[in-house]
Amino acid sequence: MATPVATPRTADLRSEVPLISVRNLKTYFFPDEGIIKAVDGASFDIPRGRTIGIVGESGCGKSVTARSILRIVERPGRIVEGELLFQPDPHGTPEAAVDLAKLEADGKRMRGIRGGAISLVFQEPMTSFSPVHTVGNQIVEQIRLHMRLNKKEARDRAVFLLRQVGIPRAEARVDEYAYQLSGGLRQRAMIAMALAADPMLLIADEPTTALDVTTQAQILDLLRELQQEKDMGIMLITHDLGVIAEMADVVVVMYLGRVVEEGLVDDIFYNPKHPYTQALLRSIPSVQAEPKVKLPTISGGIPHPYNRPTGCPFYPRCPDFMPGTCDRHEPELLQVGESQEAACFLYGGVPGTSGGAPVGVHG
Amino acid sequence: MSMPLPMADSELPVNGEGGTHGHRTGETLLDVRNLRKFFPIKRGFLRKTIGHVRAVDDVSFTIKKSETLALVGESGCGKTTTSRCVLRAIDPTDGQILFKSTTGAVLDVAKLNRGQLRPLRRQMQMVFQDPFSSLNPRMTILDIVGEPMLVNGVKSRQERLDRVEELMKLVGLRPEFMRRFPHAFSGGQRQRIGIARALALNPSLIVADEPVSALDVSVQAQILNLLLDLQNELGLTYLFVAHDLSVVKHISDRVAVMYVGQMVELAERDVVFSRPKHPYTSALLSAVPKPDPRSRAQRQTLQGEVANPAAPPSGCYFHPRCAYAIDVCKTDSPVWEEKSPGHWARCHRSDELELTGIELG
Repeated sequence: MATPVATPRTADLRSEVPLISVRNLKTYFFPDEGIIKAVDGASFDIPRGRTIGIVGESGCGKSVTARSILRIVERPGRIVEGELLFQPDPHGTPEAAVDLAKLEADGKRMRGIRGGAISLVFQEPMTSFSPVHTVGNQIVEQIRLHMRLNKKEARDRAVFLLRQVGIPRAEARVDEYAYQLSGGLRQRAMIAMALAADPMLLIADEPTTALDVTTQAQILDLLRELQQEKDMGIMLITHDLGVIAEMADVVVVMYLGRVVEEGLVDDIFYNPKHPYTQALLRSIPSVQAEPKVKLPTISGGIPHPYNRPTGCPFYPRCPDFMPGTCDRHEPELLQVGESQEAACFLYGGVPGTSGGAPVGVHG
Repeated sequence: MSMPLPMADSELPVNGEGGTHGHRTGETLLDVRNLRKFFPIKRGFLRKTIGHVRAVDDVSFTIKKSETLALVGESGCGKTTTSRCVLRAIDPTDGQILFKSTTGAVLDVAKLNRGQLRPLRRQMQMVFQDPFSSLNPRMTILDIVGEPMLVNGVKSRQERLDRVEELMKLVGLRPEFMRRFPHAFSGGQRQRIGIARALALNPSLIVADEPVSALDVSVQAQILNLLLDLQNELGLTYLFVAHDLSVVKHISDRVAVMYVGQMVELAERDVVFSRPKHPYTSALLSAVPKPDPRSRAQRQTLQGEVANPAAPPSGCYFHPRCAYAIDVCKTDSPVWEEKSPGHWARCHRSDELELTGIELG
């Protein structure tokens, strides 16, 4: 059953040290043809015990951001700049945080964190399990990598986890192979594996995109229940604004590798500031909206990664484009509300001016 | 099998050529009656047939000219199989598919042989889901969009060139690019190419199988607008297969909901969305995440999973998951009947239940 979740107050989010603070992250890929700036200066905080939604269209860098945090970016990609400050202790100081970007990707420390304190649920549950090992053995392996349990105890825990994610007849299912499970059950098993070592943060990369709506509703309910029970942070990556509205406490909107806006979910949906967020929200058909009318669209398409525009990445498609400013300078994230930030020159920050205060062109 | 059949007014005089609003009085273009498609399950050395997957199990509906009928349902419910049968891309096991040809004759697509089908093929075309795999990477746009014409006897290259140019303008692409290959285009542009190809022979019926589900939201809106524009301009009729209910709500005139090979509900769009008569429709509507954080979480989550179409449950296929199931639902299959004018449903209890839909703004 769906449990209503209270929207967080700004104070809670600001007063504690974030679990992970992403600072000016740049992850580039270096294929033979040139450089792809998949993530190009993203900054945001991941709060504890809350759901942060990362939203954006394909190629905006949302998945690469998640992979950077877990340090599983594949060659020819690598983190070229920025910090990923991880502070497991809620009473710890930001200074004592571990910078994940500086750790050895395959080193002991990072291997302990990956799958331990931070774990990942992939989009495609079919391909993320090994087809030649039972689901149970794969979960047991994960448990024994991160916890000091013997085989028997680990297996018991695997059954416990499968039951916890709502898989019927967990004692029998633990010995089945991934192909024997339906899409929904497979995604549940994937979540069970991610929960193996009681993570502080569960990164879910499009966890329901491959599922049907009724199954999606079940999985979203499950994630919410688990979060309440375990006080676990969830980083939910999706292109589906409906899922974001339903699940997230805080939202980060990305476009071409940059964070263009972030804020509380209510502000993002009811008071979006960045022209891209506004256009994105207008362009989705809603079941409640007037049918058969023309949807407002964003003109043009997402630029090819080799032809990134200079200045603000959104200016060629932006209705509020200011020639001479947006195409020359890169906007920084500016405070545009109590706990809302947007990277747009409409709200000031134009180099060479005294600006900085929101000008309030949109509202 | 005697079943109440949906109205088939194909004898009515032609009126309202084109224009989406003409459909209510318009003639029936497609009348599908008791369509069935069973796939055999073969096992063992002798490939003995040990059962059947009832992919489409007694589906009946009509589409009027210039109307959009949306087929919705979850994966495996038979919506794609139904649409493929309509085009005779696969042969149905049983049933009639009555299609009104441009000559005025009503032909049963299910019974025609290859030769007889050929002239009909140009009147019904398909737009595919994945714009990346549905275009041959080694053909230029000119060849891709021109091929249906070549196959159907337009031999003059100049004629094809002119038509491709016209089509590219129609779908919002620059004709200068017609000698490029598909890889040079983005997902949205490729879907436009797929639509141009489908339009090449001036079809009357377009079967669009999930045409926007592989696209990003900002591009999805552009393609939906294009489909609506083309319908207004050319008077096209769409059979629109989709799982995204907000897209369906936006584009359709009537909506048909399928579950495990059967149609469970069919009515005007706003009726299906606001006053559903089948519990599955109601649950489906409730499961759609709404892009509004203030309307969060008053969801009725459907338990369990979609039934296996090779071994469907007894009685009503939906009864194991249905919150309103009573004894009769476990034993007797409900019949497909018109509960109120134009509103069809397959449920024992649809007259007594007060089901909730979505409040329409």
